[in-house]
Amino acid sequence: MLAVASRAGHVWLALAALGVALLPLWASNYHLELASTALVSAMFALSLHLLVGAAGMVSLGHAAFFGIGAYAVHLLPAGMSVLLTLPAAALLAAAAALPVGALSLRTRGFFFLMTTLAFGQMLFFVFHDTPLGGGKDGVFVSRPALEAFGLVWEVPRRNRPTVLLLLNLGVLVAMYAGLAALLRTLFGRALLGIRANEGRMRALGYDTFRIKLAAFVVAGALAGVSGHMWAMAQAFVSPELLGWHRSAEALLMVLLGGLGALHGPILGAFAFIGLGEASNLVTERQKLVEGLVILAVVLALPKGLAGLGLRRRPARPAAPSPAGTPVAAAEL
Amino acid sequence: MDLTGLFAQVLNGLQYGLLLFLISSGLTLVFGVMGVINLAHGSLFMVGAYAAWAIARQTGALWLALPAAVLGGLLIGALLERGLFRRFYQRDHLDQVLLTFALILLFEEARSFLAGNDFHSVPVPAVLDFSVPVAGDFSYSAYRLAVLALCVAVAALMFLGIERTRIGSAVRAAAEKPEMVDLLGLDARRIHTLVFAVGTALAMLAGALAAPLHSVYPNMGDGFLIVSFVVVVVGGVGSIAGAFWGALLIGLVDTLGKAYAPAVAGLAVYVLMAAVLLVRPHGLFARRT
Repeated sequence: MLAVASRAGHVWLALAALGVALLPLWASNYHLELASTALVSAMFALSLHLLVGAAGMVSLGHAAFFGIGAYAVHLLPAGMSVLLTLPAAALLAAAAALPVGALSLRTRGFFFLMTTLAFGQMLFFVFHDTPLGGGKDGVFVSRPALEAFGLVWEVPRRNRPTVLLLLNLGVLVAMYAGLAALLRTLFGRALLGIRANEGRMRALGYDTFRIKLAAFVVAGALAGVSGHMWAMAQAFVSPELLGWHRSAEALLMVLLGGLGALHGPILGAFAFIGLGEASNLVTERQKLVEGLVILAVVLALPKGLAGLGLRRRPARPAAPSPAGTPVAAAEL
Repeated sequence: MDLTGLFAQVLNGLQYGLLLFLISSGLTLVFGVMGVINLAHGSLFMVGAYAAWAIARQTGALWLALPAAVLGGLLIGALLERGLFRRFYQRDHLDQVLLTFALILLFEEARSFLAGNDFHSVPVPAVLDFSVPVAGDFSYSAYRLAVLALCVAVAALMFLGIERTRIGSAVRAAAEKPEMVDLLGLDARRIHTLVFAVGTALAMLAGALAAPLHSVYPNMGDGFLIVSFVVVVVGGVGSIAGAFWGALLIGLVDTLGKAYAPAVAGLAVYVLMAAVLLVRPHGLFARRT
């Protein structure tokens, strides 16, 4: 399961990324901001996919790490370089994910789901009820500076959506490439093996708890990165960012895109955001549309939107692999 | 710390815990028997509370809400089980989560459409709107005492029903080993419908009882749902006794925490859950497997 796209699939994904990068040539600032939201949602769903798709761990508390990454922008001194705030947000989220993961992973299945949900709500209350996060109504934050090696780039307000769009696109592409590489490592293979049969992996001598915990922390750090990018785009953070409804929506994006492919959540996020925007034209009752769409997806489309010809076909036994690597291993 | 105040808080905690028991017993049974996660359980609680508000407003007789919640809950639960949930017993957790998340959204939209988005308080029924002198100059709300007594009665009925009746033993068999039900020649599908309907009725009854105490407001099911999850994690999945003692423990910790350490009260139950997970990852009352 969880195949990385084939060579042809990567061409399509690259073309799609190019299409997004060229949006500023013709799209309005409103649509650029919408595309940025979709990119950030795609990052978040992608980070969750490392848990759900690769390791088979369904977490309902993942938004807590997204929110912590976003609040990192508020907690760090204003005017810091994004080159510092981004890793700081990832580290902060990872630091929260470590104890939560260590406790939650003592359980599995249904218990894991409830435990992650409860710990996620606990972190929600930390920002909702204590003065740490600036109150339950949320707080405006100043955007991290675009500064590298002492050079500050002041972006004029009207160009900001374009710059943020390209920045988010870059982060998403890097995240996707990083995860694709990670899945090819021994660690990634072990993770996929745990999803297939954890008992066998343990019998082979793998410390499955530590592998799952490492995946949980990496996924948390990546969620922190996406939260940071969210705060940078919106310049506003609120406790709702940590709430479990956001986790459930990310799960929907993952399922909508299809569980079998690494790029699934990206499709799912764009479909979800596009759908929300389209439903706005028809009715103000967004939740009604969202609920009906989810019902339709789980009842009629259990495999999601993925496929679309981007995944590697299961290898035929005789077919020699082009790059010398065994083709079957890429499918796993 | 004055003793009468402490006593009142302990009673409040027990009463809140018993309400939590009504909610979490349905949650734990539905998972124990059918293996399905119902996030919409909190929405059913909300439906019960809003039904109580509507009935009290229309007729002025809040007690009517109790049979209405139970009967309506049995009906709604049976319909949901037959129409939707039945198809999801064999699906993985992700699908169950999304199905029930969709139901939450739809229940919230229905609530917003039918009752609006305002906060409504529900008056305590006039016959119970007084204080009972308990000891010395300490007195306690009669309505809360009535809720306490009713919840204890429901809990006792459930224990008797599950431990002493034929249907109860079939439910226990289904929770223990689903194949057992088929081997015993019982109709598993009817047991599933029954369990789901009873769980729904309990959640709606809890909602109706809670309405005068907690008022009714949008998304009110969310908070109760999550605390009920904590109860199930602490007590152990599929165990009615676990849900009972877990609910009392969580009710007391939360209520006493809010009264005596308000700064950290929101976190207290989660810290308790973390501690239980460290020591007994399957819950305090989990059956040994």
